[in-house]
Amino acid sequence: MTIESFEPTMLLAILPEILLLVLIGFVLALDAVWKPEQRRALGWLTAGGLALIMVLALAVSRPSEDPRLVWGGMLRHDWFGFAFKMLFLFGAAITALFAMDAEELGKRGEFYVLMLVSTLGMNLMASASDLIMLYLAIETTSIPLYVLSGFMRHDDHSTEAGFKYMLFGAAASAVMLYGLTLLYGFAGDTSFYSLGLAMHNAELPLLPIVGSLVLILVGFAFKISAVPLHFWAPDVYEGAPTPVAGFLSTASKAAGFAVLLRVLLSIFTPVALPSWTGLLAVVAVMTMTLGNALALFQKNIKRLLAYSSIAHAGYILIGIVAISRLAVTGVVFYLIAYLITNLAAFGIVATFWRVVGSDQIADYAGMSRRKPWLAMAMLVAFLSLAGMPPLAGFVAKVFVFAAAVQADYIWLAVVGVLNSIVGLYYYLTVLKVVYLYRSEETEGLPLPISRPSAIALTVLTLGILLVGTLFGPWFSLAEQVAKAVLRNY
Amino acid sequence: MQFPVLSVIVLSPIIAGLLILLIPANRKTEIRMAALAAATLAMLLSAWVYFSYDVQQGGYQFIEHYTWLRQMGISYIVAVDGMNAPLVLLTGVVMFTGVLISWGLDDRPREFFAFLFILASGVFGVFVAQDLFMLFFFYEIAVFPMYLLISIWGWVQTREYAAMKLTLYLFIGSVVALIGGLAMYFEAGMVSFSMWDLARAGFSTEFQIFWFPFVFLGFAVLGGIFPFHNWSPDGHVAAPTAVSMFHAGVLMKLGAFAALRVGIMLLPEGAQFWKIGIMALALVNVVYGAFIAMVQTDFKYVIGFSSVSHMGLVMLGFSTLTPEGLTGAGLQMFSHGVMTALFFAVVGMVYDRAHTREINALGGFSKKMPWVAVAFIVGGLVSMGMPGLSGFVAEFPIFMGVWRVRPLVAIVAAISIVITASYIIRIIGRVFFGKMPEEFEHHIGDVTALDKLALVLLCAIMITIGVYPAIMAPMVSSGVESILRLLGGA
Amino acid sequence: MDFLTDNLLTLILFTPTLVGAVLLFLPQQEKALLRWVALLGSLIPLALALGLWFGFDSGLSGFQYEFKATWYEAINSSFHLGVDGLSLTMVLLTTLLTPIAILASFNIQERVKAYMILFLMLETGMLGVFLSLDLLLFFVFWEIGLVPMYFLINQWGSEKGERTLWGGRKIAARTYASFKFMIYTMAGSLGLLLAIQMIGIAAQTYDLTELFRTWPTMVRLENVPLGLPVSTVKAIAFWAFAIAFAIKVPVWPFHTWLPDAHTEAPTAGSMILAGVLLKLGAYGFLRLVLPLYPAEAKTYAGALAFLATMAIIFGALAAYGQDDFKRLVAYSSVNHMGFVVLGIAAAAHAAGTENAVIALNGAVLQMFNHGLSAAGMFFLVGVIYERAHTRNLNELGGLFPIVPVYGGILIFTSMASLGLPGLNGFISEFLVVRGSWPVFTLFTALSTIGLFFTGAYILKGIKQVLHGPLNEHWVGHITEINLREIVVIAPLMLLMLWIGVWPNWILDVINKAMAMLF
Repeated sequence: MTIESFEPTMLLAILPEILLLVLIGFVLALDAVWKPEQRRALGWLTAGGLALIMVLALAVSRPSEDPRLVWGGMLRHDWFGFAFKMLFLFGAAITALFAMDAEELGKRGEFYVLMLVSTLGMNLMASASDLIMLYLAIETTSIPLYVLSGFMRHDDHSTEAGFKYMLFGAAASAVMLYGLTLLYGFAGDTSFYSLGLAMHNAELPLLPIVGSLVLILVGFAFKISAVPLHFWAPDVYEGAPTPVAGFLSTASKAAGFAVLLRVLLSIFTPVALPSWTGLLAVVAVMTMTLGNALALFQKNIKRLLAYSSIAHAGYILIGIVAISRLAVTGVVFYLIAYLITNLAAFGIVATFWRVVGSDQIADYAGMSRRKPWLAMAMLVAFLSLAGMPPLAGFVAKVFVFAAAVQADYIWLAVVGVLNSIVGLYYYLTVLKVVYLYRSEETEGLPLPISRPSAIALTVLTLGILLVGTLFGPWFSLAEQVAKAVLRNY
Repeated sequence: MQFPVLSVIVLSPIIAGLLILLIPANRKTEIRMAALAAATLAMLLSAWVYFSYDVQQGGYQFIEHYTWLRQMGISYIVAVDGMNAPLVLLTGVVMFTGVLISWGLDDRPREFFAFLFILASGVFGVFVAQDLFMLFFFYEIAVFPMYLLISIWGWVQTREYAAMKLTLYLFIGSVVALIGGLAMYFEAGMVSFSMWDLARAGFSTEFQIFWFPFVFLGFAVLGGIFPFHNWSPDGHVAAPTAVSMFHAGVLMKLGAFAALRVGIMLLPEGAQFWKIGIMALALVNVVYGAFIAMVQTDFKYVIGFSSVSHMGLVMLGFSTLTPEGLTGAGLQMFSHGVMTALFFAVVGMVYDRAHTREINALGGFSKKMPWVAVAFIVGGLVSMGMPGLSGFVAEFPIFMGVWRVRPLVAIVAAISIVITASYIIRIIGRVFFGKMPEEFEHHIGDVTALDKLALVLLCAIMITIGVYPAIMAPMVSSGVESILRLLGGA
Repeated sequence: MDFLTDNLLTLILFTPTLVGAVLLFLPQQEKALLRWVALLGSLIPLALALGLWFGFDSGLSGFQYEFKATWYEAINSSFHLGVDGLSLTMVLLTTLLTPIAILASFNIQERVKAYMILFLMLETGMLGVFLSLDLLLFFVFWEIGLVPMYFLINQWGSEKGERTLWGGRKIAARTYASFKFMIYTMAGSLGLLLAIQMIGIAAQTYDLTELFRTWPTMVRLENVPLGLPVSTVKAIAFWAFAIAFAIKVPVWPFHTWLPDAHTEAPTAGSMILAGVLLKLGAYGFLRLVLPLYPAEAKTYAGALAFLATMAIIFGALAAYGQDDFKRLVAYSSVNHMGFVVLGIAAAAHAAGTENAVIALNGAVLQMFNHGLSAAGMFFLVGVIYERAHTRNLNELGGLFPIVPVYGGILIFTSMASLGLPGLNGFISEFLVVRGSWPVFTLFTALSTIGLFFTGAYILKGIKQVLHGPLNEHWVGHITEINLREIVVIAPLMLLMLWIGVWPNWILDVINKAMAMLF
């Protein structure tokens, strides 16, 4: 694959990013102009703007079947990057809606700006095809997220979360950077595809390459909160403002998986370096088992969701281990399903927190009597996380497990299955509190949902059902993504 | 194109459930009416399907086929044959009577009916599914509402434990079977989940022998097979009345049916290889279940364990792989479904009034509610396999089939008949006759007209089939024929 | 008229159920209406049965009035009915005793509707056994009869009495008795059920006319438990049949359910129980065991004869030992039915000979006679119990002067039961003894000793009730037998006398049937 020289159509490849910058400018400008009480409307602006960007991007900048390396080989304009961009934009828009009525977030322009910058970084991550671009994109994503995690300055937890996230994130980045330099040092190239070609032709010394792979994986594992680099997640999710936690656990994690897939499939192709599948299999098992096991004991819903999202990373890793067209399709499908589902889950938690001021699971008692619709949305989200039809999570799990069975990783599928049973247990425990328990003091109290949250939740709930029942189009999309990322040279 | 009656049957409950959710929660009468209307529709349509199925022609009828996911070969295929048509009818009947019985439910009836109907859709879906993926899809849909229904509306003392236990057991079973299903899919390499295609895949004998236990037992967990039956009595007891009816009446059939449909029909050689093992487990079910039922003191536990015993007969029938055994198993699924639905309805009615289910603390209910007593007696006789009722029509061929394969097993299993008779008689004598304790004399009244309607309907079905088996047996036999063709015999 | 002839058996069989269904829709409170509808309804099958009796051509061999319809094709079973001389006699007995028993139960006050419905269902069950020509159908009706009987004992049985169970728990005697009745019979049926299945699998049909031809000569069975030789399997199957029927008859030592059940059952229940239900067992021997297992029956006839003799002797001794009038009569059934089985055993052993036919004639006639006399005796016990509220023989006594009519009837019926020449019992017992003597001389001789004890207990009963010192307490309490009760007992007495004096009208039918069958 040759690197194309500049031509104006290349601008289309980065149209979403350009528009994001424009949107950031708008938000900054209006933040300065509007009065503080008007600034809540920035949320509408952000969400609407993101939606508009999606529409425009879908209309004019869809990639062709043939991937193109553009901008000096920095980016690859293909369906893989494009689909993930859409996913990030969607996630950001929803997060903006949830954040609008959150204290200390909704009325502050910086929040929206930081989130948009981070989204910009994710977009670049998804399409990066060069080590330098990759690193820059990751940092562009991460640094605003550090800030967002510690956004509530008056809250010790939040501050702690931000600080912790930054420290660990910086350390992981450093390790990864070391891996990247090592790779460059031995291969003398930074383009994924040149590197991949060199790997393929076995021109590179094995040991340093494996070492660099391990170091790079550390960085990615941090992003996707895979064991053993998962420990930051519960603390950060708990402390960070809930919409931010939702954003972290979905879009940011999806971005991590995007680069993981891209790097593994372009540079360290299984043909050239098969050993990592075994390594990842171990990581996958540990990730899901540990995540699920620890989730069992959580009393705080955000910590529970944090561990559950660790476990989900494990399931997704099963797909990466199985690595095949079906597997990659499954992974992408899983990410789509997981993104909408987990966003919904965090959105509900945020909504509930805004009224009740608690994240303790025990305080969810009687919720179904206070707000049946919110409880129903929670039911849908949690059951989807548990993998129950007709919800998105079921189909996603089936595809991933199917890929494992196809690749003869039956034992891995069985481990995944057993884990999903543990998962079912704690999701049901939460639903039990919601539906079964009553709470004398709160019964009859209103539980208002703000309009933006209601819109977001409706969209997400319907989305979960839609992906879970009419999965054809989504599967086709995921398949196209898989085709793109599997097409290397 | 013909009217897509099966799709309407499958989807109408879930749609009705969602519509019911739109009714304001405090308009309980409207909610109940809507539920009844939906249940009536489902029952009438399923009866229509049942009676317009052409037995002479046999095979699959009312076929609908839509592509669901082309790339993976997932389709939405529904059809009925002689085996599942009675089960569809059963589901319709249990759904209808379940709604009637639950009329008095006062705590959040809206959610109750919505969940119940989601469950019903799942059940219908599994019964008519001809696509493996679709079968799993609806199977899970049928399982999870159970958790909520039991834990929210169940018996306060054990509901949380029982609901969780049940859900986890069933989920484990289904995902284990799912792995087996996926293995079949890839082994066949046809890019099709259609069970019609998979049946022609020609799996190697080793493959079948390896995977059959996973698939069969995975589903049979829901059929209550020993030693995985443990969830079932607890679940039955904890569940609210209508859910127990659904659960024992229909859901356990779901497991047995899926074990047949996927396990035996797609892996026939595996079934041949393992049939003795299955038979041994089923035998334990039959005898052990009956013994345990005999020593229970809780009315509902007795019925719960009796279901274990009776479902064992279904499995026993499967394991024979003979025409008689399979026909009997098919009939037993229907007969037991109706019977046990009736039982749980009766238990519910008694419990609602007495607030206890201790057999020794009850007594003399026949005076207060004669209809219920008669209905229970009819059900009890069915349960004992009394000739002239559906139980005999179903159990006799099962024993014949077993006799043909392993006469000794038939002899041992027959013991359960006497045991069953003894505990059923004990309950009848204690609960319905005997002396009514003082505290019940005054505040216990008869059941409502709706309850009676439900009981009469269920009894009428059992008697009709018992007296005139030709109304169902030929249909089941025609379904069995196609199974036997897969097995290479007949 | 063709319709009537073609479906005569079906009509006889299901009319009682239909009448029961009609009763279902009548109001619960109208007791008189319910009783009369039940009574008149039960007369319809009697009329039809009489029509059958006169329309039956005893000269033809094989079954008459056959009717066949599809029923359960999946396992090759059909709804096949038919009568020969044997079943005809039993049908007549059943249809005769049912209205009498219903009339006898006019004094039932509690839940009349349910009672009558159960009674009519019971009649259908019994008739079904006698009419079935399909093994499975036979079994169906065999079991169906249990249920109404169970409830009749359990619900309308005597309210007094308690039984202490193993654990020291006390339960009502009628609950105990009904439970025992049910479990005994069901357990007995299990072997029957399994043996029927084996036959069905081997022969691919349940049709008796087919099976009579094929089964006895079948030498290869498809799947044999434990690889036993066919003859052993057949022997086991024979015993499975024999035990099921022996429990019902009942033959010693399977008889222990009977005294309990009889004692606790309501009067009419006892009448039917003794009059017809016990005959089902004997009928099973004649209809199924002898034709299906001629060889095995011949082999094991000695054992059967031994059991029968024991039943005769112990039945008589036990009856003598009772202080409860009803228990006494109950044990007398064991004694009398022993003769039936003895006759059957002799016939099985000597199949094909004249002795066999004589013994069978005796056995079948004994079935009929015992039906009459046992029903009569139980009824008379009921009459006295209703007035005295006790059945303890020691508390009764010297009642003859107070109730002379009743006394006369009691003595008459007792004499029939005892086998006084000139009454029916004598004929049949004589025939049995005559037929069995050359075959099982020792057993027959012992049985005649049993006959001696029969005299003893019957006389004991009469003495304790009617003679001896009068218990003054009863004066004014015990009233004379009333008209309804006389109407009940009269037809029975008439038949006892008639058969005793001119047995040929019935023996002719029986004899021809037996000669053709064996």
